[in-house]
Amino acid sequence: MPRGSLLRAIAVGVVLSVIGVVIALAIDWFPVQASTAAEDIDLLWDVLLIVSVPIFILVMAVAVYSVVRFRVRPGDTGDGEPIHGNTRLEVVWVAIPFVIVALLSVYGWIVLDDIEAKDPQAMVVNVTGQQFAWRFQYPQAGGPPIESNDLVLPLGRQVEFNIRASDVIHSFWVPAFRMKQDAVPGIVTATRVTPTKAGSFPLVCAELCGIGHSTMRQTVRVVPEGQFTAWVGRQRQGLAGAPGDELAAGRELFRQQGCAGCHTLAEAGAQAATGPPLDGLTEVAEKRNPRQSLEEYIRDSIVAPKALVVRGYSPEGMPANYGERLSEQEIDTLVRYLASASASSTGDPPR
Amino acid sequence: MSETLATPPQTNEADGRAPLARPEIVLHGIRERPSGWLAWLTTTDHKRIGLMYLFATFIFFILGGVEALLIRLQLAWSNNTLIDGTTYNGLVALHGTTMVFLFVVPILAGFGNYLVPLMIGARDMAFPKLNALSFWLLLFGGIAFYVSLFFEPPAAGWTSYAPLSDDAYLPGTGIDSWIILIHLTGLSSLVGAINFVATIHNMRARGMGFGRMPLFVWTILIYSYLLILALPSVAAAVTMLLTDRNFGTGFFDVTRGGDPVLWQHLFWFFGHPEVYIMVLPAMGMISEILPVFARKPIFGYKAIAASTAAIGFLSMLVWAHHMFTTPTATVVLAFFMLSSFVIAVPTGIKIFNWIATLWAGSITFATPLLYAVGFVGLFVIGGISGVMMAIFPVDWQLHDTYFIVAHLHYVLFGGSVFGIFAGLYYWYPKMSGRMYSEALGKLSFWVMFVGFNLTFLVQHSAGLSGMPRRIYYYPESAGWEGYNIASTIGSYLLGIGVLITAYNLVRNLKKGRRAGNDPWHANTLEWFTQSPPPENNFDVVPRIRSVEPMKDIRREVAERTGRPAGSIAQPVA
Repeated sequence: MPRGSLLRAIAVGVVLSVIGVVIALAIDWFPVQASTAAEDIDLLWDVLLIVSVPIFILVMAVAVYSVVRFRVRPGDTGDGEPIHGNTRLEVVWVAIPFVIVALLSVYGWIVLDDIEAKDPQAMVVNVTGQQFAWRFQYPQAGGPPIESNDLVLPLGRQVEFNIRASDVIHSFWVPAFRMKQDAVPGIVTATRVTPTKAGSFPLVCAELCGIGHSTMRQTVRVVPEGQFTAWVGRQRQGLAGAPGDELAAGRELFRQQGCAGCHTLAEAGAQAATGPPLDGLTEVAEKRNPRQSLEEYIRDSIVAPKALVVRGYSPEGMPANYGERLSEQEIDTLVRYLASASASSTGDPPR
Repeated sequence: MSETLATPPQTNEADGRAPLARPEIVLHGIRERPSGWLAWLTTTDHKRIGLMYLFATFIFFILGGVEALLIRLQLAWSNNTLIDGTTYNGLVALHGTTMVFLFVVPILAGFGNYLVPLMIGARDMAFPKLNALSFWLLLFGGIAFYVSLFFEPPAAGWTSYAPLSDDAYLPGTGIDSWIILIHLTGLSSLVGAINFVATIHNMRARGMGFGRMPLFVWTILIYSYLLILALPSVAAAVTMLLTDRNFGTGFFDVTRGGDPVLWQHLFWFFGHPEVYIMVLPAMGMISEILPVFARKPIFGYKAIAASTAAIGFLSMLVWAHHMFTTPTATVVLAFFMLSSFVIAVPTGIKIFNWIATLWAGSITFATPLLYAVGFVGLFVIGGISGVMMAIFPVDWQLHDTYFIVAHLHYVLFGGSVFGIFAGLYYWYPKMSGRMYSEALGKLSFWVMFVGFNLTFLVQHSAGLSGMPRRIYYYPESAGWEGYNIASTIGSYLLGIGVLITAYNLVRNLKKGRRAGNDPWHANTLEWFTQSPPPENNFDVVPRIRSVEPMKDIRREVAERTGRPAGSIAQPVA
């Protein structure tokens, strides 16, 4: 039994493990770190690397060593050593992993407790996922809530997200915050985040939610407290002034309802290609049904899209429930906006 | 026992031109045996059924592979418009479903069919006609599923989460054909599992107690029990989905008092045992192959058998770790974190015992050994990344990203599929009677090994830096293009590696060198009979005195004849 050579294999494994751990820790695995939870989770991740890289390398060192050292020599027809097992070894390699996973789960639990700690000063933001956009609502003491398509958060204040879904399951994920929570229809889920870094970070949907899943990407903006208060103020004013400008209200609805996630419309700056382009609709409507007005064509396409699927596009792409989701007045606003916005550009839309 | 060469029993067939003087035996009431392709269609022979399983599932493997390569082509570049969203979602659902339900699970059933009766010294399975039924249910399940290509493929992933899979969001027939696939392949597996349980419990050779049963048979036994326990849950779930979609019920529809989370519990209560259903028999193959090529007994037979049972039991208790981001009480999550950790322990036991089996052996580098050692290395990576995700604060970042995609492929491709390839090469001489080309086998292994790691190692990084799974498109600003190009190149290498094996195995069916009964000097009973085995498998079955009956026989022959035993054949009755 070449015990000395096993020791050498383990020694090589230890040296390689140290090198492996150093490399693993030096690599920047995650996106930028922008929340308190991210700091805890990144530390936990580093601990995981410190534990698992040596396990992997040691196991592989012994395996590779055995395969190379005990390969059959030409002409050798003998059997290997008739070893059937070793109870003491079995006990050792049951006990060691058991202790490791027990310690890791205790540590995991501590991190979890830390992340979930509630701050009574937390600001509530209601998030709604729908095919294929996120909408946000900021409840205001003594006034109507602010509705927004942009997620703007104050730096350093804990935010409690109450997450809903209006159609299928989505998953609310800001990689820079390291948190992810499913939005499930019929259930309000909650998660807490304290942003620690100002800047813009991607917000993505992580659960397959249909044809536009890939385009369900928005941005979260973290700003200092002062800027945030100013933003809230502007939103409030905008709320008061909105009804006067019907075009702006329509554009707002267009973005809010996720239309921009799938369609191209120059007036709204939308450039997605999952659904048919909405520039130059006058000609399209004329071509497809000359007896219908442009407004009627747009309204039907929103309320009953299955009947008017454009060739080359999936009948499942356009959510069929806008008729129920929007009020009669909202549909009117949206139809008038689309009619005017689309007429203003003839657009030779790319497919 | 004498060392004789096997010769098929001489049979005299009446050809109608025999002289009248010859005595004639007339049989009544015996049906003429069908020949040619009809013999295959009507067979109840476990070996023929096993081969049909292997062939059909390999075709599905190629189909699923082509789908994967199309997926990789679309993802290679940012802002790629080669494949549109609808087609892409269809490809994802087809690929996942095909690989799980039409390749890995049934090809293991194919190996079990072929090998279990041979390994335990039985003439056939306990219920040969049920056995044929399993195969045909599988095949028609696969056809019913692929017919959807001509209408509209399902587009909700292999997990078909409700309510996306409800008719309000996916009104086409794709999901319905997926449901029919789950039902038909589920029935196929259930019938097959009951057959395995009955066979293994009742038909073992004299002297083969549970402590002397080959480890592959152990894993097939646990595989069967897991199928019997887990399948009813998914069968119930897809039936509810079917009625939700077509008959107006609302099991998963919130607006009618249903609950979408119910789907996830029912699906994963099946889905996680399914993961072990897919990997345990591959582990069993590794436990058979390593001792043969290390020329050494398996290290810790009892520990490996016990860990198989332990994994089977624990696998029923970990399902909600697929749901760490679904609304669930924290204490429940904590339980599933613990159980997911604990299941790593018996898995580790297997790995350590395998490496100890290699230790101090006399290792021959044949293709099956390469795949088996490859399995061990890749499975360690998949196992470790699994433990990382069991800690759910970390899983909040990793869930539904390419990290998961990488993890599951390390377990299912690096694990199961490398195990399956090891098994294909190891038992090919027994099944075909011919040897494959060792050079091509090794080439295939190295191309697959390099291609596999290139494809999936970088996906860990893509996932960690924020790439969600199941997206058909990503902006250039995301910065994932480098990972994805590497991954795509790797996947095509992997495909070439698989094709080399397919060529190797098909070409040598006729051209390969004759294998003889026992080319590997193996341990288990299937090598006692001819290659390929006759329809009745064995004329005589020796009494079993250890886990390695063939080694006992070789030793006895050597003692009696005074020279080492080569390839031994069973005496012809």
